[in-house]
Amino acid sequence: MPGKTLYEKLFDSHVVRKEDDGTALLYIDRHLVHEVTSPQAFEGLRMAGRKLWRADAALAVPDHNVPTVAAERAKGIADRVARTQVDTLGKNTREFGVTQFDMNDIRQGIVHVIGPEQGATLPGMTLVCGDSHTATHGAFGSMAFGIGTSEVEHVLATQCLLQKKMQNMRINVEGTLGAGVTAKDIVLAVIGEIGTAGGTGYAMEFAGSAIRELSMEGRMTICNMAIEAGARVGLVAVDQTTIDYVDGRPYAPKGENWDLAVAAWFDLHSDDDAIFEHEITLDAALIKPQVTWGTSPEMVVAVDSDVPDPVNELDTVKSDGMQKALSYMGLNAGVAVSEINIDKVFIGSCTNSRLEDLQQAADIIKGRKVADNVKLAMIVPGSGLIKQQAEKLGLDKIFLEAGFEWREPGCSMCLAMNADKLEPGERCASTSNRNFEGRQGQGGRTHLVSPAMAAGAAIAGHFVDVRNF
Amino acid sequence: MDKFIKVTGIVAPMDRPNVDTDAIIPKQYLKSIKRSGFGPNAFDDWRYLDPGAPDIDNTTRRLNPDFVLNQSPYDKASILIARENFGCGSSREHAVWALEDFGFRAVIAPSFADIFFNNSFKNGMLPIVLDGEIIEDLFNKVASESGYEITVDLQKQKVITQDAEEYPFEVDAFRKHCLLNGLDDISLTLQHANEIKAYEEKTKQSAPWLFQK
Repeated sequence: MPGKTLYEKLFDSHVVRKEDDGTALLYIDRHLVHEVTSPQAFEGLRMAGRKLWRADAALAVPDHNVPTVAAERAKGIADRVARTQVDTLGKNTREFGVTQFDMNDIRQGIVHVIGPEQGATLPGMTLVCGDSHTATHGAFGSMAFGIGTSEVEHVLATQCLLQKKMQNMRINVEGTLGAGVTAKDIVLAVIGEIGTAGGTGYAMEFAGSAIRELSMEGRMTICNMAIEAGARVGLVAVDQTTIDYVDGRPYAPKGENWDLAVAAWFDLHSDDDAIFEHEITLDAALIKPQVTWGTSPEMVVAVDSDVPDPVNELDTVKSDGMQKALSYMGLNAGVAVSEINIDKVFIGSCTNSRLEDLQQAADIIKGRKVADNVKLAMIVPGSGLIKQQAEKLGLDKIFLEAGFEWREPGCSMCLAMNADKLEPGERCASTSNRNFEGRQGQGGRTHLVSPAMAAGAAIAGHFVDVRNF
Repeated sequence: MDKFIKVTGIVAPMDRPNVDTDAIIPKQYLKSIKRSGFGPNAFDDWRYLDPGAPDIDNTTRRLNPDFVLNQSPYDKASILIARENFGCGSSREHAVWALEDFGFRAVIAPSFADIFFNNSFKNGMLPIVLDGEIIEDLFNKVASESGYEITVDLQKQKVITQDAEEYPFEVDAFRKHCLLNGLDDISLTLQHANEIKAYEEKTKQSAPWLFQK
């Protein structure tokens, strides 16, 4: 028998029972809950008279709808519909006995930031959340994936989910990244290589020397965007970097349990003879800072390139899609990426709002000013605790002196459910994960980049190659 | 959940790849705490010329005449044909609720994003994967004949065109069983409550930290 992949180890160790067609009932160790995809699930439980199977496995936080302006948080959300949804999460978690970090709790933040930060995300776990970016937590060698609201209800009621085993894909990134090139550039380059559906049906493990060199923050950025390559699950094997990150966090195991856990966690890697149905290898040294030009994350090029021409695409469906994207983005084929001027800058989201991301942005921003043509440059930390740490390091002063706004934590302009959004036609350099039409506001134009690249764009007023900025 | 046995209806074409769930139901409508009422805002950005918001009466908004679902007879369609990677992006089940509330019972595409595919089955809506060439042929048929109808027969696992062409499709046996009978997953799983408890007891021994309060 060949060895197992990390994904197979995680899957097999959580099977409660199996149906004849291979569908397995999988046990879920951790369930993260937010305000947008949970109200209908709690309502479903209430209508059926069901209780939670295990309330202590769930952890809830409002993030999508919360205002990022301190004054509004203190006096309550102005948007009545959003306020109702956030209040409903509070009411539901109290009624069903689930721990919630409310909007004014220092531990509040983006659900995919606070899970790891609190140690609620642990290696070897199965972890779900009603949010596609749940893949983030796979950075810890846990099997983490996004689910819909019906499945949120299913997990609340049974602590289990029906799943079929996916296939295995491994992305090897070997070698050393150049200065100014980050985890975000790796994952954008991967998506550019395999396409937004390239990972559909696969669990995607990221491996290779460049991945092992990354911090947990960088690994989270990469796993976070596995879903933009179509893979519900992103994974990185456990190593000492993982263990060191988890050690001492509030929800992490303590005492004797810690020693037991660490011993078990070191087995969380793919066996040498494990079989991957698909495998690709990238040379880290060849990856340049990336910028998306279109309305799908696969529409991405290096910063020193030009916007591609649909005429050169032979597949007519694709070529037509590129043409639609150029038209929506208000761009002409052949224009140098570095000549694209921007109106707004957003540094934040579950992809890039952790301390390391803020530090990378600050390194570029320090002592400089936001360009005159940039109407708004905002930095939204991933959690209240990250905000506090950044302020201890004085990063807030660097940002404020340069003309950035320094906001309260939440999803903010990644999906623009709150007041932070683009106006029609506005162009944004954004560290978020999706450049879909209307994602950051109806008619808004999103270019996905790393925190350093977003910072550089804010200072220059257009995209710049941060390797020589 | 509604049963899905056999559905015959008008086919609407959605001729672009990577239709994402943000396009199917834009974010401002996700603030609802209900499961119903999303139909009038399905494909909102493409469907209306005026901007929309949760508290705006949609009947007062100008429709985009160029958008396929605003054109007769597609406004009465119950089957959608689409291109690669339909339903990519966010996990929002609201996308399925919006399509269903609009009147769709099946979506046929060369490929689907995993989460959307999964969410569909939980709501009595059938996502069907057919070969790209067959889909191309369906797009041509729909373009050449207004109101072109097809039948989706889940029992037989076949798409049957009005020209009596039959295309078999794959579906998991367990999902098929649930759809045909309109079964609620949660009550099915709770029939195995003892096995879940046994799994927990075993894991408390092997990985006690997972149950540490």
